[in-house]
Amino acid sequence: MVSYILRRILSTLPVMGIVALFVFSLLYIAPGDPAAVIAGDQASPADVERIRQGLGLDRPFLVQFGTWLWHILHGDLGTSIFTNLPVSAMIAQRIEPTFSLMAITLVLTILVAVPLGVAAAWKAGSWVDRTIMAFAVFAFSLPVFVVGYVLAYVFALQFEWLPVQGYTPLAAGIWPWLQNLILPALALGSVYIALIARITRASMLEVLQQDYVRTARAKGLGQRNILFVHALKNAAVPIVTVIGIGIALLIGGAVVTESVFAIPGLGRLTIDAILRRDYPVIQGIVLLFSFLYVLVNLMVDVTYTLVDPRIRY
Amino acid sequence: MALLEVDNLQTHFRTPEGINRAVDGVSFHVDEGETLAIVGESGCGKSVTSMSLMRLIAEPPGRIAGSIRFQGKELLQLSEREMRAIRGNDISMIFQEPMTSLNPVLTVGRQIGETLRMHQGLDKQGAEARAIEMLTLVGIPEPVRRVREYPHQLSGGMRQRVMIAMALACNPKLLIADEPTTALDVTIQAQILQLMLGLKRRVGAAIVLITHDLGVVAEIAERVMVMYAGRKVEEAPVTELFRSPRHPYTQGLLGAVPKLGSSLTGAARRLAEIPGQVPSLKGRIEGCVFAGRCSLATDLCRQVAPGLEEKGPRHIAACHYARKEAAAA
Repeated sequence: MVSYILRRILSTLPVMGIVALFVFSLLYIAPGDPAAVIAGDQASPADVERIRQGLGLDRPFLVQFGTWLWHILHGDLGTSIFTNLPVSAMIAQRIEPTFSLMAITLVLTILVAVPLGVAAAWKAGSWVDRTIMAFAVFAFSLPVFVVGYVLAYVFALQFEWLPVQGYTPLAAGIWPWLQNLILPALALGSVYIALIARITRASMLEVLQQDYVRTARAKGLGQRNILFVHALKNAAVPIVTVIGIGIALLIGGAVVTESVFAIPGLGRLTIDAILRRDYPVIQGIVLLFSFLYVLVNLMVDVTYTLVDPRIRY
Repeated sequence: MALLEVDNLQTHFRTPEGINRAVDGVSFHVDEGETLAIVGESGCGKSVTSMSLMRLIAEPPGRIAGSIRFQGKELLQLSEREMRAIRGNDISMIFQEPMTSLNPVLTVGRQIGETLRMHQGLDKQGAEARAIEMLTLVGIPEPVRRVREYPHQLSGGMRQRVMIAMALACNPKLLIADEPTTALDVTIQAQILQLMLGLKRRVGAAIVLITHDLGVVAEIAERVMVMYAGRKVEEAPVTELFRSPRHPYTQGLLGAVPKLGSSLTGAARRLAEIPGQVPSLKGRIEGCVFAGRCSLATDLCRQVAPGLEEKGPRHIAACHYARKEAAAA
């Protein structure tokens, strides 16, 4: 098992290298000249050229890439063109709200979606099933920001149960922290809940036809045990896959959600950096999320071996 | 008193094309410690009968009517919770497909142990110890290692042994075995049958054996019930049935079994076969269910369903002409 995980980590290295190359190429592919942006509107061509040399933008592509990669491997993501602060420090400052939002969304989604999918499969064809699936289609077709504004209007403005927007650090206590995250997590998770509920239902429907489910019933096991232990564990592989893929959805959705709920996270930082053409910051964030995604995929693969002993490692 | 008394069992399924009468008015009993075989072609209602005994038929679309009394208790009137306490504990079941009847993602020990934990209130260690004991009993080598293994690590014969261990773990009064050896190699079949018989004597369980394999019937059954198109057509002690089958369908079944050396006696004869197919069970069948395929059938057979009549000692059959036929043979 340990050797499997090590091998998998090693195999992600080439992927990360290619990702790094792409991220670095952003600077060349994207329109606009960073040196000109930094220099400002009043700068003379000589000023721009000086800044270009200062940043090393005049050197050959591969040399620039090598230097950049070398720094990253030493934990140096560069310096923001706009604020002059180290990129790693800027990311560190914004990482907690975003990761909190993603974690809560993920937990909430799984806790809601999987039982819904199991219930729909168990009662397939009944009104329970039809209601859950109708909800899934509905949730699937609404964009994040619409759900976000509706939730904020109903639960924050009308009922005043939860704050409208903002973020409280975890250090201030779990409840204040959670309070600010429930609505954004629901908004961000609604599409995701619909998706996972549908996959869970489909996967469970197939498993419930299997002979071993009949065996479990013949043994006198209770319905809950049959559904959540005997069947769900067999149905888990596609569900885990979709949960993994969904984390990519979350990254994109987090940017929008943070804007709707005024959460000072990485999403806001990304938008600001893009608007300012602050390339080092953009690169740092994209690299971080790519790394996160590769890590999630690794976790998904390891989870497969935990739920299904037939999958070899 | 009989251990199991089934009276006028009717298991019908609602389908878009009408009601499917998979089991239509079957009555039989099983005494304590007895082995009853239920035989018949595919689709004659054997498996549905066995599933009905455990109330494992999905309702709807299925519907079970009649009476199933187990140790004097009417199973059809029990709540689902009371029924669960009986399944796997007093009545347990072995299925045809050992390759797919075990859960692939749970260890063998867990699957044997969970019935014990649930019905006998054993703790985790106790259940595992008993699971190892059961694996030893069904002849699985290295039970201490095997108990932690998954079904895919075992061969088909081993898996059927695990199924048997699982079914017998709680010392049931009645074991229902639905084609337990059909999916196995011939060499393994005999071993599994011997194992079932040995363990049955040990725990004193009665067996209802569902099969279409008359060789298996001859080997282990004491009494045989022949089913056709959802009805019982004949029932007799095993030697009596093989010696003088009364119902034309039973005679046909026995005639379709190849006999060793028959082709050496000169003319290589074609095996006798029963022409035609099992009739559709959608819609009520008038007259004898076998009339459409029976060479002796007359207008009487096509109009009036024969009742089950005493044709010999403890021997009953549902045929208007059975006695005459037996005398002629």
